[in-house]
Amino acid sequence: MSLKLLSRNGLRSQPVTTARIVPARRWSSSISQRPGSDSVRFPGAVNSKFTSEMAFLKASDLPAIPTYRVMDSDGYQIDKTRPAPNVTNEEVLTWYKNMLSVSVMDVVMFEAQRQGRLSFYMVSAGEEGITVGSAAALTPDDVVFAQYREAGVFQQRGFTLKNFMSQLFANANDTGRGRNMPVHYGQNYPRTHTISSPLATQIPQAAGAAYALKLQDLQNPNRDPRIVACYFGEGAASEGDFHAALNIAATRSCPVVFICRNNGYAISTPTLEQYRGDGIASRGVGYGIDTIRVDGNDVFAVNEAMKEARRLALSDGGRPVLIEAMSYRVSHHSTSDDSFAYRARVEVEDWKRRDNPIIRLRKWLENQGIWSEEQEKETRDEMRKAVLKEFGEAEQEKKPSLRDAFTDVYEEVTEEQREQMAELKRILETYPDEYDLRPYKDGINGLD
Amino acid sequence: MTSLRTHFRSFAQAPRRFYSGAPSTAAKLNLPVDYKTTPILHHTSSSLSNTEYPAGATSKRLNLYQAINSALRTALSKSDRTIVFGEDVGFGGVFRCTMDLQTEFGSDRVFNTPLTEQGIAGFAIGAAVEGMKPIAEIQFADYVFPAFDQIVNEAAKFRYREGGTGINAGGLVIRMPCGAVGHGALYHSQSPESLFAHIPGLRVVMPRSPAQAKGLLLSSIFEHNDPVVFMEPKILYRAAVEYVPNEYYTIPLSKAEVIKPGNDLTIISYGQPLYLCSSAISAVEKAMPGVNVELIDLRTIYPWDRQTVIDSVKKTGRAIVVHESMVNYGVGAEVASTIQESAFLRLEAPVKRVAGWSTHTGLSYEQFILPDVARIYDAIKQTLEY
Repeated sequence: MSLKLLSRNGLRSQPVTTARIVPARRWSSSISQRPGSDSVRFPGAVNSKFTSEMAFLKASDLPAIPTYRVMDSDGYQIDKTRPAPNVTNEEVLTWYKNMLSVSVMDVVMFEAQRQGRLSFYMVSAGEEGITVGSAAALTPDDVVFAQYREAGVFQQRGFTLKNFMSQLFANANDTGRGRNMPVHYGQNYPRTHTISSPLATQIPQAAGAAYALKLQDLQNPNRDPRIVACYFGEGAASEGDFHAALNIAATRSCPVVFICRNNGYAISTPTLEQYRGDGIASRGVGYGIDTIRVDGNDVFAVNEAMKEARRLALSDGGRPVLIEAMSYRVSHHSTSDDSFAYRARVEVEDWKRRDNPIIRLRKWLENQGIWSEEQEKETRDEMRKAVLKEFGEAEQEKKPSLRDAFTDVYEEVTEEQREQMAELKRILETYPDEYDLRPYKDGINGLD
Repeated sequence: MTSLRTHFRSFAQAPRRFYSGAPSTAAKLNLPVDYKTTPILHHTSSSLSNTEYPAGATSKRLNLYQAINSALRTALSKSDRTIVFGEDVGFGGVFRCTMDLQTEFGSDRVFNTPLTEQGIAGFAIGAAVEGMKPIAEIQFADYVFPAFDQIVNEAAKFRYREGGTGINAGGLVIRMPCGAVGHGALYHSQSPESLFAHIPGLRVVMPRSPAQAKGLLLSSIFEHNDPVVFMEPKILYRAAVEYVPNEYYTIPLSKAEVIKPGNDLTIISYGQPLYLCSSAISAVEKAMPGVNVELIDLRTIYPWDRQTVIDSVKKTGRAIVVHESMVNYGVGAEVASTIQESAFLRLEAPVKRVAGWSTHTGLSYEQFILPDVARIYDAIKQTLEY
């Protein structure tokens, strides 16, 4: 921000007391340049060797950060010498069903929006492996801050179809009290904060939340330490909030795992116009943060990286970790977008055919002999029926009460708002033909 | 930002569910605005004459996004100092305002930026102070807040800070779609003009129609050497269609327009609510024969045309201010206060404000939170009968 001139010069409104004046002492971090030293001893770079060769570091000369994967696109483990992923069949089947359920819901809801039964929807096609695989490495006590393409995180953390549908139809059962656009899910426990549309705002919040967890867990050593997981896209990583977040998380050693879903597009803007340099991962290193890039279509790679990231985040008193998970946004940005206005249909079809986290895991399961064509069909049918059932019920449910237009702005409704509610009620009573209050719980009495 | 950045096509094309309920079937006041017949728009080319529009100009029917596009094309052609940029601007922008401009003028002058509003605003200020005419697009007004530091502390204060060097951020225009559409909820509905209008050094403009938008935007770019925040009511992008002159023309900033003369009451508004005011006035004038209401479009919200408003209220003795954003500390407070300071002895009734309630635009409640025809109708009757 600014120079903060006032506070630095001691021009505060409060008088500076003598107690605040600390006697001169040598700080442990203070460093001075010794004569004849062969390395930099400036405080801003303490391990740098002097050199007589003038050479600019060229980003393009550095090797690209590798992408970690466990299984290939045919569903086989690539490195046969390592042990198989440390998960039970039962667990993997749960992941698969969660990925599938989100995908089935996406198809139904996208279509529902096209039919005008929903104002808006965003699918997460192609990114189910990242969300489910990473959330599976969290404990229920861990805290999540997400963006808006993480339905798989909610699914894996116990969000039910009824919860999804209640939010999507903004009905009386929606924890967001009917206030948010569709796909802005939220739940108290396992804590997964309600989605906020502005991009990247959640990233510095995640650092602060992680700091809170760290202090609380230090103060209460009997509880299992917790981390914060924070999701965002590669487009959001261009916002100032991203940079602020990584830097502050590093300096305060916050136990937070930042998970960037790099899906190649921010609405129409391809990554080439979003950044130069080696993706988002290279920035983590710049902020002094342990970083890995993983294949987002490989649920095992994502899950293993997240487990290790969680361990690292809680080691040595806490530290942030960055995971860049690579994928391709096979969907349109949202139901408001037609992505064929800025990318070739064939490119999308190619990606859909070539690789996909769900198909890849299905192949793995079939290779293990624990999944079949019949199970696939039966499960999909059941899921579709379940989605449609909850859809129908949620659509019929009443909207919340009109008072919820005014509640929760402040802890308590203000005197001014009470007057506005009374004035609104007078208008509704004076002009009853102008308003349809039937969909609202309690009708006009909601304003009492 | 960002955002869901979402919404473009659905605003006008896809079938949609209105979360806050469809209008009641028995409604006589709260009907959808009929943009095909509203007197706010020029439905024939001949009605353009006798106005501020250039005489004898050829014209074409355009909606609001096409009129913005036409203004940008005119600006890019007129001066090679003009550059146009923002998120997703390259392919035409999520609301199609920059359609085909990159193809016509090249990617040096029309380009995508990374997703960073503070970066976009700061970049635009830097370009402006070095002599360019940058037209920066913020994808939604709801996402302008990361740029607030650059706009408030930098753009607005540049000339004042530089003083004798004479350097300033004139030529800078920051465009942003604003306002509610019925399903934008918390982050695709906001209309933060009063926040910018609080800052001396910024000009804050909001056009009501396609032809107004083109003239006001070209005026912002070429006729004024101050940074301009140009807010476009996004609900009008496709809905509002009227005849727009083809050539270059400007409409002066800081000049209000009496768009309907009257003697009994003055309504001051700007942007989309003007259409609601117009419907409410028709209903009142039908219900109360002999009553004649004057309607004023502020057009520039700051620095605003105080004289036109005061002259009108001195004539009518009654005033209502209507705007979409929250009533608390809103534009209505400034206008009402100025009226009572300058026309107190002529007032026959308290100045009324009809505006959004002091809350956020919750999805299910939008129609109850924002001003509608019934509320404006009621306010007119109450003020006339005071």
